[in-house]
Amino acid sequence: MAVLGRAIREQPRIFAVAVAGSVLFGLMVVASAFVVGAVVGEVVVPAVETGSVAVGALALAAAALLGLSVLRVVGIFGRRLGAGYMQFRLQAAYRRRVTRRYLELPLSWHHRNATGTLLSNANSDVEAAWQPIAPLPFAVGTLVMLVGAVASLFAVDWALALVGLAVFPALFALNVAYSRRMAPRQARAQRLRAEVSGIAHESFDGALVVKTMGREAQETARFAARAGQLRDALISVGRLRGIFDPMLETLPSLGTLAVLVVGAYRLRQGAIEVSELVSVAFLFTVLAFPVRAIGWVLAELPRSVAGWDRIRRVLDATGEMPYGDTRLDQAVTEPATLTFADVGFAYEPAEAHLPGTQVLGEVSFTVPAGKTVALVGPTGAGKSTVTALAVRLVDPLSGTVSIDGVDVRDLAADVLADTVALVAQVPFVFDDTVRANIALDRPGIDDEAVWAALRLAEADGFVAALPDGLDTMVGERGTSLSGGQRQRLTLARALAGRPRLLVLDDATSAVDPRVEAAILAGLRSSADGGPGASILVVAYRRATIALADEVIYLEQGRVVARGTHTTLLATVPGYADLVTAYEQAEVDHDRKDTYDEVTPLASGLEVDR
Amino acid sequence: MSTSSAPTSSGQRQRRVESVTVDQAPEQAESTWRTLRRGLALSPELRVGLAGTLGLALVYMVGRVAVPVAVQQGIDRGIVGGLDLDALFTVVSVTAAVLVVTTTCGYLMMRRLFTVSETALAGVRIRAFRHVHDLSMLHQQSERRGSLVSRVTSDVDQITQFLQWGGVILLVNLGQLAVTTAVMLAYSWQLTLVVYAAFGPAVLVIRLLQRRLAAAYGVVRQRTGALLAAVGESVVGAPVIRAYGIAGRTARRLDDAIDGQRRAQQKAIRISILGSSVGELAAGLALAGVVVLGVLLGADRTLSIGEITAFLFLVTLFIQPVQIATEVLNEAQNAIAGWRRVLDVLDVDPDVADPGTQGRELPGGPLDIRFDGVRFAYPGGPTVLHDVSLEIPAKSRVAVVGETGSGKTTFAKLVTRLMDPSAGAVLLSGVPLTDVRFDSLRSRVVMVPQDGFLFDATVADNVRFARPELTDEQLAAAFTELGLADWLDGLPAGLHTGVGERGEALSVGERQLVALARAYVADPDLLVLDEATSAVDPATEVRLQRTLDAVTRGRTTLAIAHRLSTAQNADEVIVVDRGRIVQRGSHDELLREPDSVYALLYASWLEQTR
Repeated sequence: MAVLGRAIREQPRIFAVAVAGSVLFGLMVVASAFVVGAVVGEVVVPAVETGSVAVGALALAAAALLGLSVLRVVGIFGRRLGAGYMQFRLQAAYRRRVTRRYLELPLSWHHRNATGTLLSNANSDVEAAWQPIAPLPFAVGTLVMLVGAVASLFAVDWALALVGLAVFPALFALNVAYSRRMAPRQARAQRLRAEVSGIAHESFDGALVVKTMGREAQETARFAARAGQLRDALISVGRLRGIFDPMLETLPSLGTLAVLVVGAYRLRQGAIEVSELVSVAFLFTVLAFPVRAIGWVLAELPRSVAGWDRIRRVLDATGEMPYGDTRLDQAVTEPATLTFADVGFAYEPAEAHLPGTQVLGEVSFTVPAGKTVALVGPTGAGKSTVTALAVRLVDPLSGTVSIDGVDVRDLAADVLADTVALVAQVPFVFDDTVRANIALDRPGIDDEAVWAALRLAEADGFVAALPDGLDTMVGERGTSLSGGQRQRLTLARALAGRPRLLVLDDATSAVDPRVEAAILAGLRSSADGGPGASILVVAYRRATIALADEVIYLEQGRVVARGTHTTLLATVPGYADLVTAYEQAEVDHDRKDTYDEVTPLASGLEVDR
Repeated sequence: MSTSSAPTSSGQRQRRVESVTVDQAPEQAESTWRTLRRGLALSPELRVGLAGTLGLALVYMVGRVAVPVAVQQGIDRGIVGGLDLDALFTVVSVTAAVLVVTTTCGYLMMRRLFTVSETALAGVRIRAFRHVHDLSMLHQQSERRGSLVSRVTSDVDQITQFLQWGGVILLVNLGQLAVTTAVMLAYSWQLTLVVYAAFGPAVLVIRLLQRRLAAAYGVVRQRTGALLAAVGESVVGAPVIRAYGIAGRTARRLDDAIDGQRRAQQKAIRISILGSSVGELAAGLALAGVVVLGVLLGADRTLSIGEITAFLFLVTLFIQPVQIATEVLNEAQNAIAGWRRVLDVLDVDPDVADPGTQGRELPGGPLDIRFDGVRFAYPGGPTVLHDVSLEIPAKSRVAVVGETGSGKTTFAKLVTRLMDPSAGAVLLSGVPLTDVRFDSLRSRVVMVPQDGFLFDATVADNVRFARPELTDEQLAAAFTELGLADWLDGLPAGLHTGVGERGEALSVGERQLVALARAYVADPDLLVLDEATSAVDPATEVRLQRTLDAVTRGRTTLAIAHRLSTAQNADEVIVVDRGRIVQRGSHDELLREPDSVYALLYASWLEQTR
């Protein structure tokens, strides 16, 4: 109900139009029953009985029927147009609000919510919440129609009115019983539909794995089990419909029959006339349909409430990361200084599907202006988390991250975006042109700047070879490009903004060594000459690390050592193992070690095949 | 439908449906019957008891006209010309009995209809699901993400929802039209003519509007798709949007998509209202016409008062079906379009097909590989492999190296029969791959792709994907054998750590470790690694390499590598350049060829790592 109230508050005028239209329609329906009755009584009966036609009365009757139908059309127009526009406007307004929240809420919130859920929040949940709004004016009109009908019944005859009072409430009660029973079944079917869809999504996303491991049959069995449950749920919905639908249809017919019997008695008593009897019978026939339609509205309401609850969850979600309003000196184009002071980070316990342990603890280091610092550590050490903190994708649990001495939490959003740029490990490309992907509508990035950035990222070659150059659409999630090409595009995107701090998270992993070397050379020269940037780079490759002025060695979320590459190589065994792994491998290779043959899972365990 | 053109043509068809225009509507109507025929052929169970269901439906519809007939009989026999309550009672009680029978028939009809149709459609859904997995990798990847999912979800949902809701209404209402017409004709052919004269033009206008409406709904679907794409981008791209401070730009794009959808919806509803208004006007016209002509005929004593009254009731019975049927026809068109898309997917022959029971088993023991004049080109694309012939002996460990775009990954896809060569043949231990049964092939040959997709389950469940019978102890043992026990212990819940959607709770490198373990426990005779450890740190990679070398002794391994450390340890290195094999030999031999492709790659590698 609160949902409906909100709808009326948000679109009062259009709601009024819809309700007015609907009320007009309802009254005209009741009126038409009486006109039909009057026509039978005043025109048809005399004509048949006398054998002569009263032309004036006949013309009047025809005109009245036509006039009523025109008024009904006006009513329909007002109601449906008003209701439709109201529904669509509300949906659009709430889609806007929900997606705004997506943009405002922090990444940690995004991590807690599956992509599919967020998609359906903005799409089907909004739709479900407001869909019952469309028939709402219709329901109001029907209510008016019913009240009018019962009132006019009493005006005609109390006995016939009593029949009406028995039939319409019974119809309504039957409807409510129907909706009550239907709602849980519909909800179950809806839930199973989502689950079936979830399995299909995952299974098709992982189609390559399914295929290469020959697990098609098992995946189909997994899908079939849930699809079978959905089938059973839908059959149960259908059976309920089978019980109630015919009953709902028969009830008004029985009412009409009752009217005939009661009406005949009243006729004999001389309490009513034939025309009135016909009017009442006609009324029962035309009212049956709208009363049933109210049932459909009621049946939809639980869906609306469920959808609304899910939307509220997004709109009421807290934890957005407010930006400060501190501005750095605009004139400064010098490289920025990045400082981590005792930074700790852990995923919130609510992020249940993520490991709950602390990811980073007491991480302190500085990237001095114009310097390059390499972040090195084994898989899972927390390097990507450091890069996310550096550009404030997430906020630390403890300690501070600051740029040029200002806590990043105090910086204005645009200042932060202008100052730092992150190139992520997995490149993300928008479904747009190459130009738009690099410029991102940021001011001051013209085609020349785009080409310059592409050159620096060694991406100018393949972009120039694309059919439409900068105007080439790169397709959904960049699927038309190779992994290496996507990485170079995102690198160019970062460079185009001329950031004062560049954060690279293993951003050249899909690029061949030769291409990578060229890119790195370009980056280094841009750091040397021109305005340049400070660079924080996550790297495994020695060439990349060798560029760094300092190396931070991370293990299990803690800074284990820092210093120049040479120092760390000499003093930190873990670092040396990691960085010289390939050389070690080569030494081993040269020694031609021999290995014992091992069968998987043969270590003391019997495996049935 | 030809196999080779299938992927693109079905994609185009989908777009065509979305942008259906007025001119294309007749063509669509034509193929509706074809779709129904194809659908029935595919689900013969839909025909079972169809006659019975239709019979029940017919009886059910008779109930709809019972009341007007009762009114006529009641008025003519019991009311006009002297009240006869006994006659009235007879009419009423007979009608009531008829209503009880028809209501029961209605229940039985729906019960049968829903049970049969839902069972049949669940079958179609499951078959389509399996079929999508049977399609070739190229076909799967050529479809827009999510469009294959729609085939087994929203498309089928559309059909079942239509059947549950509109289908019965359509069936009953069309029947009602027929029965009502019959009763009207029985009373008076002249008045029936009046009713048809009033509704005829209206139906024509509504049909015309219908086409415009179908086009308008097509636009709505298109806009909804665009909206979903925009929302998806804003959700998946959240880190980029945040890092580049482009929330404003993204919000504008979202608003455009949202408003585009709203405008399309409003346009559609305007046309729809026009349709129902025409219907309503026709009803008023019919009512007025019936009264005028009815009175004239009544004055001639051609019609009784009861018959004229019954006619007025019948006209209302006529309006409802016409209006509802036109509304429901839209849904019917959507449902049929959905059905057609599902059938289209099922009609695509997998172009890389399992020879099934006619196929052969791979011979036991380690496998050798032979390429016989293999050429490969992507459909409509340039040739990526030119006339490659080579032999790789059993038990050897071979690395394939080359620059990006050299065609090296194609080797992995051909050897695992994810794709078939355009010319030539790939043979394993002398058996052409196209003759090998998939269950034999997939259990003996396993590939670890670069993007090791993980399911939203625990590490353990992901690793035992191919062999669900493995116990936790066996899985833990496998990680120990791979030298990954320490990493596993570091996870919050060890083997039972959830990996999140697509494995996103793990880092990219960690996902690759799980994918590798998954392939390892599958215990294949030929292991194909397609840059399987590209995101793993060097120390772990080298350690993995070493353990893999040990555990794959006695099997054949083919590694597609972009880190040359893999090549150094291989028995043989194959160097690919622009779709041709340019060098073969051990690492040391290849290095002795000065200025060769391999020497250049290695020089650059050294520069990177030293």
